[in-house]
Amino acid sequence: MLIARVIGELTATRKHPTHEGLKLLLVQPLDLEGAPRGDAVVAVDSVDAGVGDRVLLTTEGYSAFSSVGRLMSPIEAAVIGVVDQVEVKSP
Amino acid sequence: MYLGRVVGCVWATVKNRNLTGHRLLIVQPVTPELADSGRRIVCTDWTGAGAGELVYWTRAREASFAFLPEEVVTDATIVGIVDELHVDREAPRRAPPAGGVPC
Repeated sequence: MLIARVIGELTATRKHPTHEGLKLLLVQPLDLEGAPRGDAVVAVDSVDAGVGDRVLLTTEGYSAFSSVGRLMSPIEAAVIGVVDQVEVKSP
Repeated sequence: MYLGRVVGCVWATVKNRNLTGHRLLIVQPVTPELADSGRRIVCTDWTGAGAGELVYWTRAREASFAFLPEEVVTDATIVGIVDELHVDREAPRRAPPAGGVPC
């Protein structure tokens, strides 16, 4: 899983039927310092996250589609938590 | 899933029978600000997207799930056509709920 920030939302009328009723978010993965890590991805939302939230992102298909109860759906990324706090201990 | 723009198509007369009848489109991955990002990729298409359209697409095993119960041999599929995109990288964070327990 990755820590990421929700940076936007998208709407699509023409989409796979298993995506109906799901919120699609634009999510920017972050490193532990909060800087962008790679490109933003499109993820389904399973926790009612909003733009600006820091979230937990899975980019593994099975966990992504099962998080929204759409088994065997073409879904590859999902927001599965809203992060309250991150603490990194230096060795 | 990823954002992309359809920039072309591929014809292949000889192909695996599990690709028969499927359009093969060339997709340029783009950032939320719609700048090109990375290299173009060939995708199967679930949506009927045309050249120039902004789409979102998926990779890996999930790409073939779009066509179930048909078993299509693909590792990248367009699964939606984007109508609208709202991007705000500066949006404030919502306050965490009170009483949260640090790990």
